[in-house]
Amino acid sequence: MIYLYFLVAIAVVIAAQRLNDLRAKRVLFLLLGAALLCAPLFDRNDATFNVLADAGIFVLLALGLNIVVGFAGLLDLGYAAFFAIGAYAYAMMASPQFNLHLPFWLLLFLAAAFAAIFGIILGAPTLRLRGDYLAIVTLGFGEIVPQIFQNLTKYTGGPNGIGALDFPSFFGRSFGQSTIPYYYVVLALIALALFFAYNLRDSRLGRAWMAIREDELAARHMGINTTAVKLAAFALGASFSGLAGVVFAAKLSLVSPDLFQFQVSVLIVSMLVLGGMGNIPGVIVGALVLVLVNNVVLPQANTIAASAGLHVDFGNYHFFIYGAILVGIMLFRPEGLLPSRQRKEELHHAAA
Amino acid sequence: MLRLEGVTKRFGELVAVNDLSLNVAAGSISAIIGPNGAGKSTVFNIVSGIYRPSAGEIFFEDARIDGWPTHRIAAAGIARTFQNIRLFSFMAAIDNVLAGEDAHLHARLWDSLLHTPRQRREEKAARERARELLRFVGLEGVAETYARNLPYGSQRRLEIGRALASRPKLLLLDEPAAGMNPREKGELADLVAAIRERGITVLLIEHDMGLVMRVSDEITVLDYGQRIASGKPAEIRSNPRVIAAYLGTAVA
Ligand SMILES: Nc1ncnc2c1ncn2[C@@H]1O[C@H](COP(=O)(O)OP(=O)(O)OP(=O)(O)O)[C@@H](O)[C@H]1O
Ligand SMILES: [Mg+2]
Repeated sequence: MIYLYFLVAIAVVIAAQRLNDLRAKRVLFLLLGAALLCAPLFDRNDATFNVLADAGIFVLLALGLNIVVGFAGLLDLGYAAFFAIGAYAYAMMASPQFNLHLPFWLLLFLAAAFAAIFGIILGAPTLRLRGDYLAIVTLGFGEIVPQIFQNLTKYTGGPNGIGALDFPSFFGRSFGQSTIPYYYVVLALIALALFFAYNLRDSRLGRAWMAIREDELAARHMGINTTAVKLAAFALGASFSGLAGVVFAAKLSLVSPDLFQFQVSVLIVSMLVLGGMGNIPGVIVGALVLVLVNNVVLPQANTIAASAGLHVDFGNYHFFIYGAILVGIMLFRPEGLLPSRQRKEELHHAAA
Repeated sequence: MLRLEGVTKRFGELVAVNDLSLNVAAGSISAIIGPNGAGKSTVFNIVSGIYRPSAGEIFFEDARIDGWPTHRIAAAGIARTFQNIRLFSFMAAIDNVLAGEDAHLHARLWDSLLHTPRQRREEKAARERARELLRFVGLEGVAETYARNLPYGSQRRLEIGRALASRPKLLLLDEPAAGMNPREKGELADLVAAIRERGITVLLIEHDMGLVMRVSDEITVLDYGQRIASGKPAEIRSNPRVIAAYLGTAVA
């Protein structure tokens, strides 16, 4: 059953990509949105919506990282840091930790702002770096942030993290144990993220990002303030991640440093590479496919193996599996499953 | 309009530009010529802010601009093209031109994020201007083609169009005719003249003597980073130092 959701969503996104007409595209997305909105009326399986909400959180993350890496061409390997900042913001301000119980909705907003500010703080020292060097420094930041959360035991609960986070409530009604309200929140946030991402792409800022990605020096000669434009990419990208972090923390009702390790950053980058960097439908598909593998296929493979008397945990092999998927993509379709026209031609030319 | 005073640029031991003073009059078409490695492109790179001069001062309309960041120099009204074309390869021709307009657009972050009415209006007007510029440089038919996929001569013209989009007062052209056939060179000469008609001062580097002599009001000759002559085309053509250093007998 859960497969059906993923397959339908992936199919619709692919179909939307194939359509040239912008309005038709929008209608298709709206139909998918409507179907997803109605789904809980017919399907009462909480576990399904838990997986779908997780998938949505990763779609948000992929859309955010796509702004930094796909649009602006800044390879960020520490993106999970902002996810962690969003999650810890919720954990510290809506839990018994400091006896603060700020509302979920306010914290969504605050965490997005926090993450954006940290995006700027962590982005600023990297402005002069490109390519490999940028990747290494961001990788470092991605390691440092969870490490800091781990070591500031007094405030963050150290390696154990913070638990018993508040349940969000909506007009006085608590979300309670159900995952369906989170699912709705995630859908709404994705709609918002899509609106922003498409607007950004087709705007002055989006064009400036494209220009610095293509040729930073020439962009500067056109009067583009590359510092401001890059910082905007870091800030906006991080803010999506901050939102995702809040929902993630609230749904789990727990945060701990090991949830935001390097592998999370790698996973999100892999989603972009797999789906098609820079292309919004592409990165959505990339996120859905990897969540499907990670959260559905691997656990099921475990169950099947266990029933056959084998004791393997396929979860332990997930890096091997991403690796295999990525190598396959690089060999057979380096532009990703669903690339933009730009990226397709780029790689086509590079090969020629 | 543009004034260089005692500008020197060293790369380690090498003195690429040596104590160069230069004055470009507003409304003129001026040229810098000289043998390969004479330091011509380095002069452009200093003026446009890629390099800081090792010594000397640069004034643009009475403002001292050496040390300014590149984007600020561009916004002040100096645009350029590159010897080895640097277009945004995988952006449509029209998007290249629109990127050139960036400094004149007012859309803020919120406008880009929300597509406010003001952003829509501005974008529409900018697109209209970009089309006009493409028409001006003779590329109206290929607005949606990726820069990378244009023929070489068109890429050179697109680079000029992109530079014009930033509404420069001074346009620096680094070997705009390189790789062009005679017909294209003729069209380029007309284009340069038309640009001046628009009130834009032009400073160009060029190896094609026919073109230089035809379009320039004023020529400066560099050799080993030093100015060895300057003057009207006729004076340059008959200057013995120039002939000895660079032109040989071909032009005389
Ligand atoms: N960034 C740099 N580092 C070191 N040396 C440089 C650098 N840029 C230029 N040069 C050297 O400075 C000298 C002048 O170079 P420049 O490119 O200005 O010459 P040019 O007159 O434009 O020549 P051409 O006609 O071949 O374009 C050359 O010897 C070149 O090798
Ligand atoms: Mg040169």
